[in-house]
Amino acid sequence: MFWTHRDLALDSDPARRFLPWLLAMIVYLAGLALAGMMSLSAAVDRWDSGLSGTLTIQIPAAAPDSRDTALANALAALRATPGIESARALSAEETAALLEPWLGKGALSRDLPLPRLIDVRLRKDAAPDIEGLTNLIKAAAPGAIVDDHKKSLDRLIHLARTIEAAAIAIVVLVALAAIATVVFITRTGLALHANNIELLHLIGAADGYVARQFQGQALDLALRGGVIGLALTVITVILLGRAAAALGSGLLPALSLSALQWAVLAAVPLAIGLIGMMTARITVMGELRKLP
Amino acid sequence: MVRFQNVGMRYGLGPEVLRDVSFHLPPGSFHFLSGASGAGKSSLLKLMYLACRPSRGLISLFDTDIATMPRRALPAVRRQIGVVFQDFRLLDHMNVIDNVALPLRVAGAKRGEIRDHARELLKWVGLDDCLDALPPTLSGGQKQRVAIARAVISRPLLLLADEPTGNVDDTIAMRLLRLFEELNRLGTTVLIATHNENLIRRAGRPRLHLSGGELTGPFHGAATGEEGRA
Repeated sequence: MFWTHRDLALDSDPARRFLPWLLAMIVYLAGLALAGMMSLSAAVDRWDSGLSGTLTIQIPAAAPDSRDTALANALAALRATPGIESARALSAEETAALLEPWLGKGALSRDLPLPRLIDVRLRKDAAPDIEGLTNLIKAAAPGAIVDDHKKSLDRLIHLARTIEAAAIAIVVLVALAAIATVVFITRTGLALHANNIELLHLIGAADGYVARQFQGQALDLALRGGVIGLALTVITVILLGRAAAALGSGLLPALSLSALQWAVLAAVPLAIGLIGMMTARITVMGELRKLP
Repeated sequence: MVRFQNVGMRYGLGPEVLRDVSFHLPPGSFHFLSGASGAGKSSLLKLMYLACRPSRGLISLFDTDIATMPRRALPAVRRQIGVVFQDFRLLDHMNVIDNVALPLRVAGAKRGEIRDHARELLKWVGLDDCLDALPPTLSGGQKQRVAIARAVISRPLLLLADEPTGNVDDTIAMRLLRLFEELNRLGTTVLIATHNENLIRRAGRPRLHLSGGELTGPFHGAATGEEGRA
């Protein structure tokens, strides 16, 4: 309870009993959107730091002899190119391991032709021109495909940023929904208790005195709803994290949050409490100003 | 204390319910306000306790023109006015002592002080045996006494009562009248709107009489300050 004395029987309002549950749902949605946004943001950072400055060169599956020749040519060309920090051919086992998430462990037949892959790391201070390097590789190993991670990474990061923007939009929309809910319920309360509010007004209650009763109760109910919503969010995030980890494939970014990110989630009920309190106060003060 | 000059009042776009009302209540005076139902007594009281604004004319309370008072100053002025409403306007979810204590709480008095004062006052109006009762369980007369106790608890400078004896027998009515007179002796200016001619006669105090929204009657002169007693 955040008010000392209730001159208005706000607890008896039927609409108010639903406020914690409505706000719990709002906090749950906001919490999920935030958790998703924060874990995606962390994944993007990992992708960015893990893949920038690298290339993958694919020597297509062909007759093993010509493929191995092309591989050797490509490696030689790479090693002779300035700006290349390292160039390493992945073994057949390593290549097969990369396909495991899609095809399953042990599903690869020895007869299945696999391309050979070269993992190339570029020098950060003097990376070569990618277009020139691509032409060089294609000349050394016809049919080779140069996969500049930056392009695909940029597309992925663009997608991730779009999802983040959508998550922010969801958080803003649910905050607006929370405000609208509190405004509606406060106005209902003002209408239901109009006679008693007028009495308080006539015996000398300042607008702030009446507003404190509404804002105190709104803070109380919003915090209760916020805690319920947060608990549901935490349970959901943990379950989703476990489900994603169980896949173990790297197909999905890990849904794990840092201590700071958990703290951000824990702040959502406080934010909803403050939003509820301030909204109730502003609504009541606005309505009371209409009294003489 | 209270001065009305050519005050007119209408609700919305309706006809004027008060017309050219002028009077003066000096500090420490005691008046009755009489008139038939619909004559404008309640409207006049509403103007005095600042529930409505006049359509025209000047109203001065405690030597200040209310038209020039900033809105934020009005709560403090209202705390100087005790009102006994015709329909009591008790808060049904609150017990008797909390209802009586409401003006002190609104004024920010200390909790212990509030309860002691409220208990003492309820004893004075003969309700010390139902401090914790809820208003819906009280009789009309008991509710009226609770409403009166609430109106006087903060020792207002001005007490306005709308039919305060309407629900009680003559004995209780006289007892309540003595309570108002006692308060008046302590310096409160009192105005009681009533139909109870017997009460007015027995009190022997001047009266303002409203008829058709205009202030008339035998004590009109007294009410405008022309009679020495007022």
